[in-house]
Amino acid sequence: MFEIGLGHYLILGAIIFTIGVIGIFLNRKNVIVILMSIELILLAVNINLVSFSIYLNDLTGQIFTLFILTVAAAEAAIGLAIIVIYYRNSGTIKVQEIDKLKG
Amino acid sequence: MIIHSIFFYIFSIIAVFSAIMVTVSRNTVHSVFFLILDFITISCLFIMIGAEFIGMIMLIVYVGAVAVLFLFVVMMLNVSQQKNTWLSGEKNSNHIPIGLLISTIIFFELIIVAGGWKYKPELLKSFSSIGVDIDSTNTHEIGKVLYTDYIHLFQLSGMILLVAMIGAIVLTFRKREGIRRQSYFKQISRERKDGVELVDVEKNKGVNIDV
Repeated sequence: MFEIGLGHYLILGAIIFTIGVIGIFLNRKNVIVILMSIELILLAVNINLVSFSIYLNDLTGQIFTLFILTVAAAEAAIGLAIIVIYYRNSGTIKVQEIDKLKG
Repeated sequence: MIIHSIFFYIFSIIAVFSAIMVTVSRNTVHSVFFLILDFITISCLFIMIGAEFIGMIMLIVYVGAVAVLFLFVVMMLNVSQQKNTWLSGEKNSNHIPIGLLISTIIFFELIIVAGGWKYKPELLKSFSSIGVDIDSTNTHEIGKVLYTDYIHLFQLSGMILLVAMIGAIVLTFRKREGIRRQSYFKQISRERKDGVELVDVEKNKGVNIDV
């Protein structure tokens, strides 16, 4: 219980990942919160990679975390740009009212 | 060691709490604030287990750039219509139990996968490509590997950032009417005969300049 091992970090990552997935599934408000949930999921993946890297004494996980960080930043920038132009065109970013694709 | 575990539990409780608050809080600005708290807490955890470089980079990139970008966009758009109607959707709310079910299944699958490492512990020691030198620091080690073995991936991630930057600029760029803009092509392609005219001036008559 008091010895913090790899399993504790993996379970923390699993909890945060699941919260992110719930945030995507159950979101009723705007798209920005969905983007934030995606950031949470990437954060959980980073937790897993870094804890494996530390406990297996292997640096590859931390290098990979750097690349995930890069991709997350690029994704946030592009996603927010899309949200801004969507809001400019249609005046709302509510999830329920985005139905232009009729899905 | 007990201090380490106490800190781990405190930080992870804060992290899980703020992650929940990101998804359920009523105001979007509060969600962004809790996201910042989550990033800071997780980077504290990273620094605590010995990945200082990743922790600091996470502080810089996530809190300094991404979260501020989120805050910017939330404040630019109209906040008053963004009030949360979470779990109280008026009509087709039948996807909420299915979403909860799928999330629970995902969570238990992840727990099973995480527990699987305990049942097969020889997997942990079987492969290790890049060992960590105890004497040098974490940042030193990453620098030694990142610019030699992973140099192509490193430059590729730079290209990803460049493409993202250009994409964001192109997406949000718009031409507005009624604004005087500088037109480089017009300026450069202007020639002498378009701008200057030689006129023979007759004596005692002057020049008629309104052409």
